[in-house]
Amino acid sequence: MRHIISILIENESGALSRVAGLFSARGYNIESLTVAPTEDPSLSRMTLVTRGSENVIEQITKQLNKLIDVVKLIDLAESAHIERELMLVKIRTSEHSRGEIRNVAEIFRGKIIDVTPTSYVVEMTGPSEKLDAFVATIDPDSIIEVVRSGPTGISRGEKGLHL
Amino acid sequence: MELSGAQIVIQSLKDEGVEYIFGYPGGAVLHLYDAIFQQDDVKHILVRHEQGATHAADGYARATGKPGVVLVTSGPGATNAVTGIATAYMDSIPLVVISGQVSLPVIGSDAFQEVDMVGITRPCVKHNFLVKDVSQLAETIKKAFHVATTGRPGPVVVDIPKDITDPRIKVPYKYPKKVVMRSYNPATTGHKGQIKKAVDLLLAAERPIIYSGGGVVLGEASKELIELAKTLGFPVTNTLMGLGAYPATDPQFVGMLGMHGTYEANMAMHESDVILAIGARFDDRVTGKLDEFCPYAKIIHIDVDPASISKTVRVDVPIVGGVKPVLDQMLEMLAESKKKPSKKALEAWWKQIDQWRSVHCLEFDRESRLIKPQYVIEQLYEVTKGDAYVTSDVGQHQMWAAQYYPFDKPRRWINSGGLGTMGFGLPAAIGVKLAFPDSEVACVTGDASIQMCIQELSTALQYKTPIKIINLNNSYMGMVRQWQEFSYESRYSHSYMDTIPEFVKLAEAYGHVGIRVTKPEEVRPALEQAFALKDRTVFLDILTDRTENVYPMIEAGKGHHDMKLRVALGTSTDRELA
Repeated sequence: MRHIISILIENESGALSRVAGLFSARGYNIESLTVAPTEDPSLSRMTLVTRGSENVIEQITKQLNKLIDVVKLIDLAESAHIERELMLVKIRTSEHSRGEIRNVAEIFRGKIIDVTPTSYVVEMTGPSEKLDAFVATIDPDSIIEVVRSGPTGISRGEKGLHL
Repeated sequence: MELSGAQIVIQSLKDEGVEYIFGYPGGAVLHLYDAIFQQDDVKHILVRHEQGATHAADGYARATGKPGVVLVTSGPGATNAVTGIATAYMDSIPLVVISGQVSLPVIGSDAFQEVDMVGITRPCVKHNFLVKDVSQLAETIKKAFHVATTGRPGPVVVDIPKDITDPRIKVPYKYPKKVVMRSYNPATTGHKGQIKKAVDLLLAAERPIIYSGGGVVLGEASKELIELAKTLGFPVTNTLMGLGAYPATDPQFVGMLGMHGTYEANMAMHESDVILAIGARFDDRVTGKLDEFCPYAKIIHIDVDPASISKTVRVDVPIVGGVKPVLDQMLEMLAESKKKPSKKALEAWWKQIDQWRSVHCLEFDRESRLIKPQYVIEQLYEVTKGDAYVTSDVGQHQMWAAQYYPFDKPRRWINSGGLGTMGFGLPAAIGVKLAFPDSEVACVTGDASIQMCIQELSTALQYKTPIKIINLNNSYMGMVRQWQEFSYESRYSHSYMDTIPEFVKLAEAYGHVGIRVTKPEEVRPALEQAFALKDRTVFLDILTDRTENVYPMIEAGKGHHDMKLRVALGTSTDRELA
């Protein structure tokens, strides 16, 4: 099953490689990983998407907790949560395709943030499936590049992951 | 007080109460060595190879319970230390390893003797640090000792760039008395509700067994384990790492379990209905085939490391906490409980266990005209009155030492259980002897293992650590040979060494006493002679039966009840090898 593990970790050099190294050393898979400092610059927030059986996920969370740099973590998939991913897509445009791409982007609540005579860059956020759906509507031959941040998430309600 | 980085390191070690540093100098640690030269409080033991430094510090730590300290230079000094660090990591031994690093401005430039020590050791340390600011140095060292020695112990590396130890740069020094890390709070006492569940299960058990591991030794909980076993009247088995935590000469002890455990221990595990696992981690050498592991048992598991619980075997009652406080809580609850274990059930259980014991799985051919390795260990036990510190290397000799030297006290049996590091025994023995100069220290080894760190004989001479090396010499990597005999139709691929050195001469060349033993009747006198030479390191080169195997054996992929026992006593004795 897919799990989204959200981690508060000391914002120190090497902390990321401890997490990544743990996954490769123990044969766990990482689908995506995003990381950035929080409002407290001494802490980073990491969102890690992984898949595995209940036993594997239990070991993953235990092993992550065992890392000295990890302050706290939760498995977002265990309760109500919101998930968002940022995507930037560079699309080759022609005179007759420009209007169509603009329309589709608008339907998906995307924004065109860079325009040249032959290309658009579309910015879009949302659940990963929505981004997949948008990409699927675009003619694959016209896609120059797709850049995705990987999902990041937050739990619903008042409770939160903090010190 | 203003000190340079180099002085801070040494002063911190002093303030931490460190007696010995095991190390080897080199370019990146020259400032540190200069600071060592200018003081006498912390003694430096110069090894002959950095692997030896880590194993010696490790032996010191296992015997004393205090952290071992290592100092190595950057590059090859650091990489040579990695085997010893991994050895300590697998057995949860507290080490603080200080490695030199190239100066901060040249890190990442492939400078001379540069390696990414923090990167290389990341998977085999509890934690590691790269010091980037001299003002952080004392606190980092304090953190290193704190992390290494608390919770589930383990090695911690502190990588110090050369410019951090520059004698010209001085900063105010104050060694922190304690350190708080918001991200590191190891468990102490256990959850009461869980312990209550465990107690209920134990009191209702009909075929119980206590399976205890190295965690009992590390957690200084031997006394509590004995009290619990006596209160309940249950049989006790120890893992290889747990030997000595429960006295082996006690009637409730059924021997070691696992691949080369006793018949009675493994059968009792297999047939049990309740297992109390204490500070053990269900290692594959203990469990055998997981699908067939203890099919009838409810399992209670006490461990300070939550990740050890339900890692390979799903347990029914997990208890996260230090072994000692949890056992104390458990004993308290047992004392308050009106219920007692079923006498009738236990009587029947012990009767069954005695039946398994009557197989005498550790019996061997005592009439042989060749020296049986088992006999050597038995004689070692008698000559040392069962009170020696015994270190070992890895292989058959290690298993025989574990099987035939009944340890009655914790921290007496010192071996590389998890990583299985050949070359561990000799340097570890040096570390033990430094810690306990008045105790007997024997290194049980083999002709292959001893050659992996034999250069440390020189260290033993320099620091006058008179240890006794019991070399069970069968001209083979015996355990490899045994597996090849059982699983590869006796195709002894590269497990034979036909150019083994003359160990007696080698020992003499290093300034020690060497004695060659070739007949069974010479074994006892040679051991007595060796231990009578109080102030000399003695190398006993004992030529043993080359075809002897370790029994019982659970072959890889088999269950506890599927043990290979010695076929018929005496038949293997005189088999000659082609």
